[in-house]
Amino acid sequence: MADNAEILSGLAEIVEEVAGIDTAEVTPEKSFVDDLDIDSLSMVEIAVQAEDKFGAKIPDDQLAELKTVGDAVDFISKHQ
Amino acid sequence: MTDGVVVTGFGATTPLGGDAASTWEALLAGRSGVGPVQAEWTERFDLPVKIAAQLAVDPTEVIPRVQARRMDRCEQVAVVAAREAWAHAGLGAVPGSDGAVVEGERLGVVLGAGIGGAPTLLAQDDLLEEHGLRKVSPLTVPMLMPNGPAAMVSLEYKAKGGVHSPASACATGAESLAWAYRLLQAGEVDVVLAGGAESCIVPITVAGFVQARTLSQRNDDPERASRPFDTGRDGFVLGEGAGVLVLEREEFAKARGATVHGRLAGVGMTSDAYHITGPDPEGEGQVRAMEKAVRSAGLQASDITHVNCHATSTVVGDVGETVAVRKALGDHPVLTAPKSALGHLVGGAGAVEGIISLLSVRDDVIPATLNLENLDPKVELDVVAGEPRKVTVDAALNNSFGFGGHNASLLFTKA
Repeated sequence: MADNAEILSGLAEIVEEVAGIDTAEVTPEKSFVDDLDIDSLSMVEIAVQAEDKFGAKIPDDQLAELKTVGDAVDFISKHQ
Repeated sequence: MTDGVVVTGFGATTPLGGDAASTWEALLAGRSGVGPVQAEWTERFDLPVKIAAQLAVDPTEVIPRVQARRMDRCEQVAVVAAREAWAHAGLGAVPGSDGAVVEGERLGVVLGAGIGGAPTLLAQDDLLEEHGLRKVSPLTVPMLMPNGPAAMVSLEYKAKGGVHSPASACATGAESLAWAYRLLQAGEVDVVLAGGAESCIVPITVAGFVQARTLSQRNDDPERASRPFDTGRDGFVLGEGAGVLVLEREEFAKARGATVHGRLAGVGMTSDAYHITGPDPEGEGQVRAMEKAVRSAGLQASDITHVNCHATSTVVGDVGETVAVRKALGDHPVLTAPKSALGHLVGGAGAVEGIISLLSVRDDVIPATLNLENLDPKVELDVVAGEPRKVTVDAALNNSFGFGGHNASLLFTKA
């Protein structure tokens, strides 16, 4: 089980790989769309990689609700 | 009164060089872009063809990683060529930003591919078969769709005047330029990024061309495999790359003080409706394409000093084209066949060879056809061999013909 700090850093690595955003920019309050400029296609890639990394299934209807990095960390933490 | 169409910039990435200038230089120096396929699969599938004309500079060396991973290689080469062309034309700021010289609504893209994103399709199908749905990229469709290269270029330069992707196999690049010419003549837009792109040196494409009996099997001597018009020719060499030209309405180019490298003075497009891969042996469609190009420019056959041939190094096709040239233009044009050095860039061929034709007109020099040691006696025309020929080239035709019976002829004249 990864703790929230580990999930955040793991997620930041995925975001860097998929969208080229520096890991330091990937902080809990950031919105994926508005702040990090990540499109819906990249969000699907990020979700699939996060599922593989943390073993947390992220259904499509839930993915749409994960507006911020913090939302994603909380969701993964509860469902891993 | 229709507008003239001028060329104000161009860019390319080819087996001879990572840009247009290095490609032109290598072509004049007589270098070949053909070599052994840099992959294990020619052995794995025991393919009789183990050679290809692969890019001199990999596009991932010049496109940032994150951008590159969202594009098929065919889209990558289109973007590389478009960036060079845009900079070369001095168009500066992207439409919509400060200092832009062309409005997005007046900027079009006409850029096609012959095969397109087949490598993406294959790779993603493998993932689906091996790992299931989850591993299929959400970018699969935008990477494999045939309009992908044009769309990627339109995004880069905020082109909102229409994005079009002709698909006519090996004539795609030339037809893209021809349709761009018509858009400009009709006054629909002021500037068009026009060209063609291809990167399909993958097992299934090579296997398919092998089974159609179209590729050279001169594996032991790659640089001498592509030999248009030579008696020893045995098929074409598959290549990859892209070319993009900035075409403008003459009035618009003048008003912004652009450097004009030459003009696209006329175009001709026809079709054979004869056979899905074989050219009409009478060359009737090719003749009409050349005649239309000359007529649309208001010139006479006697004005055409040079033909940059489609000639791919196939037994039937090369001679057929020379028969058509004689019928359409007469015996006076001087020919060359750049696929001897570049290989066959499929959808990219017409655009890259369009740039080469333009440069022959601009610089009054015709590159040599490589490997032309014994001219086929059925070719009763003057083909440049050995060294480039310095000769005044006032008007050059550039031919491209494609599977499906497409014939496209472009006429370039001096600025």
